Amino acid sequence: MRRQQPETHTVSRDHLTGVVARQLDLGRRLALVSGQEVADGFEVVWVFLGGDGSRAEVTVRLEAGDPHLPTLAGLSYQAGRFERELHDMLGLIADGHPQPFRLVRHAHWPAGYYPQRSDAATPSFDADAGFPFVEVAGKGVYEIPVGPVHAGLIEPGHFRFSVVGETIVRMYQRLYFVHRGVEKLFVGRTVSDGITLAERISGDTAVGHSLAYLMAVEDALGIEISPQAALTRALLLELERLYNHVNDLGLLANDAGFGIANAHAARLRETLLRHNARLTGHRLLRGALSLGDARLLAAPEVGLVAGVAAEVAELAEIATSHSLVANRFNTTAVLPTEQAERLGVLGYVARASGVAIDARVDQPFVDLGPNFRVVTRTDGDVRARFDVRAEEVAVSAQLVADLAARLDGLGTAEPRPSGRITRTGAGLGVVEAWRGTLVHRVVLARGGTLARVKVVDPSFLTWPGLPVALNDVIVPDFPLANKSFNCSYAGNDL
Amino acid sequence: MMASVLVIAVHLAFALAVTPLLIGVMRTVRARLEGRVGGGVLQPWRDVIKLFGKEPVRAPGSSPVLVWAPLLLMASSLVLVALIPLVSTLPLASVPGDLFVVVSVLLLGTVALAMLGLESGTAFGGMGSSRHMMFTALVEPTVLLSIYALSVPVGTSALAAIVRGRRDDLSLLLNPVSILAIAALVVVVIAETGRLPVDNPSTHLELTMVHEAMILESGGRDLGWLEFGSWLRLTGLLGLAVNLAVPWGLASDATALALIIGTATTTVKLLLVGAALAAVEVFIAKLRLFRVPELLAGSFVLAFLSVSASYLVF
Repeated sequence: MRRQQPETHTVSRDHLTGVVARQLDLGRRLALVSGQEVADGFEVVWVFLGGDGSRAEVTVRLEAGDPHLPTLAGLSYQAGRFERELHDMLGLIADGHPQPFRLVRHAHWPAGYYPQRSDAATPSFDADAGFPFVEVAGKGVYEIPVGPVHAGLIEPGHFRFSVVGETIVRMYQRLYFVHRGVEKLFVGRTVSDGITLAERISGDTAVGHSLAYLMAVEDALGIEISPQAALTRALLLELERLYNHVNDLGLLANDAGFGIANAHAARLRETLLRHNARLTGHRLLRGALSLGDARLLAAPEVGLVAGVAAEVAELAEIATSHSLVANRFNTTAVLPTEQAERLGVLGYVARASGVAIDARVDQPFVDLGPNFRVVTRTDGDVRARFDVRAEEVAVSAQLVADLAARLDGLGTAEPRPSGRITRTGAGLGVVEAWRGTLVHRVVLARGGTLARVKVVDPSFLTWPGLPVALNDVIVPDFPLANKSFNCSYAGNDL
Repeated sequence: MMASVLVIAVHLAFALAVTPLLIGVMRTVRARLEGRVGGGVLQPWRDVIKLFGKEPVRAPGSSPVLVWAPLLLMASSLVLVALIPLVSTLPLASVPGDLFVVVSVLLLGTVALAMLGLESGTAFGGMGSSRHMMFTALVEPTVLLSIYALSVPVGTSALAAIVRGRRDDLSLLLNPVSILAIAALVVVVIAETGRLPVDNPSTHLELTMVHEAMILESGGRDLGWLEFGSWLRLTGLLGLAVNLAVPWGLASDATALALIIGTATTTVKLLLVGAALAAVEVFIAKLRLFRVPELLAGSFVLAFLSVSASYLVF
């Protein structure tokens, strides 16, 4: 599938606001902002994605002594978040930002330490100076701090609830406890070494991240891939979606106290993981993708996947027709359509709130055929997010069958000749990973090494939806709300 | 007097020996029905033995309540199982095995737990305590009322005498008063002991916890006392409910044979009811917090109807 050439604009920072406003008026969404140190200054790129496959990049160069940008937070909420990230990682200042607070950096990171600058040396970290939370005043308001260490085996995040009785008045989430410096770890690696790292950004999104990364590199190098490789990649993405959705469906029921559903979901997930291992040699589908190619060790077992999907449908039906479970799911943690659009949430969270955003339609790399459809709901509650996942399992299973049949008809592709990488340049990779649209932007240096990799996990844009959905939710329903969003910590914290 | 001492000793020994087994059976039944292997019926034993061998760690900012509340809970639970006619229906000399005494002892343990939650130095404990007290406000009156309804036809509020009276007169068992009261009692026993659908004892989600939230900060021996004390309450309340519903097999004199038969029958009854409770738990989910009072209010209504009916029937 031919990719449209992206529009590129290089502007001075004085014209930035107007150019960005025009992109947003065209109905494109801000998908990624990447800052990078270049010779005597900084380069910042805003990437916009349209629903019609169109892409646009707006580039601004800044001088080293004057790292200031006009804030775009008034135009787009996402832009404001990216600006806070730019400040914390690279020390670029968005003038007039409405929320000039730390986002990535915790309080023990010393002021003036910007890890993505080339002269950044590991500083001596202070003791944690605490984190100022807005205190809600008033009669009977109290705070519940939760995490970052939780009672169950989940990723670290701190949630601060201000509560009256059992009703949540305000929730603030403090993330970035698993900041590993992933983007900086890419710098200087060879392209093929980058694949291994991309697979490990977030363990449950190995295919999503490595595919977005590879597509960005291929975009930069102008590599065309064979139809077989494209179909195999689409197949792997659906397999990843399947096992994660099955897991979430079980855990959602479990959080409502319906453990038997989780026991069965865990069994079905295990069936899928073993199938994954037979296909790729790894339960989490690592190692199947390479530059310009994708290979399976065995043909996908279509019957097995269809059988699992049928059982999942039955399981979801049992869970949602159980009156106690349905009562916990329905009308809990509603994210209204308008808020979902404004915050720019992605994936099943957006689709459950009636926003039909899906990179498989907006930015496709392969034609998925007539059986593909975008699943949406309009209620925006836990039930809607459960139902979207359940139906997506059915769609994905059908896609696996279709893709496997098409692959069967194509025969094997010639192995791609591997040559030395000489070109430099930048490229963009966009895939619909299981949590939502995942974007990587790669800049290649001379000699085939990576100069900059910017990763935007859908969770970065979906996390802000969670506190909004907690309006009028009671504290004991929070775990259900959180699980229904199931945003990634590792993918977000990077 | 000697007979009373013997009965109390047997009750204590019985409760201490059977309680971890009861918990083990309930967990194993649930695990097997969910397709898991489970830790085995002896796992609760291993857990408490491990806990009793560990030094407690208490959070900075916690108060001395953390030291004595676990002991108070354990002590109140021991008194509870000693007074409830678990194995024998002999009236206890110079110890009141009275309904009101038993409910008060139960409340003592509840308050100890709630105090522990409040003083644990974190927000979870307070959250658990507030939820626990909200439930208790509905549970305790229901326990009182439902057993009171059963005491009316017998004409005494001594639990042993009520059980004995029900055994001797079948008409007391099969009538609306009895059925309503037992139904109410079962609901509140489930609530009081923190089982589904009121509380999920196997959850890892701090924010949904009730009982677990109160003891979340406790560890080592403290946790051992709290766990064992809470389990004993389950044995006591479940034993009371099952002996009121099925009052046969209990020892009516202090001979060795009668006590052995009583111990055996109560063990079988308890384990069967526990297994049934665990089996039911597999098929239900946890109620939304604010619907729990609806359930408990419903059980209170049953108990109230039962008391009203007892004056009409008898």
